[in-house]
Amino acid sequence: MEATKTKQETITIIVTRQNDPSSAPYEETFHVPYRENMNVISALMEIRRNPVNAEGKETTPIYWDMNCLEEVCGACSMVINGTPRQSCAALIDKLEQPIRLEPMATFPIIRDLAVDRSQMFDSLKKVKAWVPIDGTYDLGPGPRMPEKKRQWAYELSKCMTCGVCLEACPNVNDKSDFIGPAPISQVRLFNSHPTGALNKGERLEALMGEGGIGSCGNSQNCVQVCPKGIPLTTSIAEMNRATNIQSFKNFFGSDTNY
Amino acid sequence: MNENREFFYRRLHSLLGVLPIGIFLIQHLVINHFAAYGSGSFNTAAGFMHNLPFRFVLEWVVIYIPILYHAILGVYIVLTGKNNTRRYGYFRNLMFLLQRITGIVTLIFIAWHVYQTRVITIFTQETIDFDFMEAILTQPFFFWFYLIGVISTTFHFANGLWSFLVTWGITVSPRSQRIATYATLLVFLGVTYLGVRSLLAFGMGV
Repeated sequence: MEATKTKQETITIIVTRQNDPSSAPYEETFHVPYRENMNVISALMEIRRNPVNAEGKETTPIYWDMNCLEEVCGACSMVINGTPRQSCAALIDKLEQPIRLEPMATFPIIRDLAVDRSQMFDSLKKVKAWVPIDGTYDLGPGPRMPEKKRQWAYELSKCMTCGVCLEACPNVNDKSDFIGPAPISQVRLFNSHPTGALNKGERLEALMGEGGIGSCGNSQNCVQVCPKGIPLTTSIAEMNRATNIQSFKNFFGSDTNY
Repeated sequence: MNENREFFYRRLHSLLGVLPIGIFLIQHLVINHFAAYGSGSFNTAAGFMHNLPFRFVLEWVVIYIPILYHAILGVYIVLTGKNNTRRYGYFRNLMFLLQRITGIVTLIFIAWHVYQTRVITIFTQETIDFDFMEAILTQPFFFWFYLIGVISTTFHFANGLWSFLVTWGITVSPRSQRIATYATLLVFLGVTYLGVRSLLAFGMGV
């Protein structure tokens, strides 16, 4: 099976295209000459070099987003054979043909395979996914973090805002304002940082806000599809606990609800 | 309260599903199960519940208002989701879909059940006893309607219990969530047994 796949001379790619954010999507098929060790991006580059579709008609080059080409930036996410993932890490030899490429339609589509993920960055701002240390004077070094905890936190910090978890989440869609799993896990990351913990109340408040953690429906698709293997559902459950405690503190009148 | 109301509404929705609705469901099915011991047993048990002091207040506070709230927000939750089990056929995603389907089925079932046993009976002045339920459940259509309705309700309760444990931050680790899946499966089997056993007593006379 593997041998016949690598011997074939062309690969077939069916791309769901769209000319602009408001126009209707359509499918276009391409035949691309096979080379060894190709990934989806190099196949797309091949089409860009020679933008002729399977019917032999000249067409516009496919538009997509990419940056690091080593699965750490998250920019090149798209739905490949039904699975949202990074196209740079999708090797042609390991894909069933014809290869179907679609944009992650949960997000607004800019053109062809490129989507606008700015809602994710807005969510990170909303939940204050950073450690605020700016000020008018040097605050000095923060507390040390145990090495074991650092290793654990590193796993959460691998999130590249790629959008795959939002694409797979049934509760992230145009009828809901749910921020999705990624920013919830980031709250867990920054709240467990010794200096970040100084602002943990603020982040939890944000998670209890509009489109926050309350909209999670526990379908747990996120943890299945995350390309970085981040324990997203553990993060969500942990943040469920933390926001509940926070809301009890708020309501029952403790004054230590920061 | 500083936080956005949505968080509070969703948490209340989760809480009410178990407390009091889930507790009431178990109590209801345990009382129904007396039907398996004969009509006299059932009539005594149901009569005891019927003659509880402040029954009217109990019914509204423990049953009707919580169910109404749970149902209305539940329909909203169903409408704001976009099911994708065809692309993501994972177990939990299937449970997510089933929770929504059984939610709607249960809502239809309960609406009819309340109408049939609580609303019409106000006008007909019938007493709700073993014979009353027997008359309904010996009709094949209603037997199947109740069977589907009861199983849908018990599934919704048991699977909802699993989500409740996650939503309230009780089962956080993947291991505890996995064990909770088996535990709630046992709850489902147990509660379904109670419900189906009493349906058989009413409908089949066994």
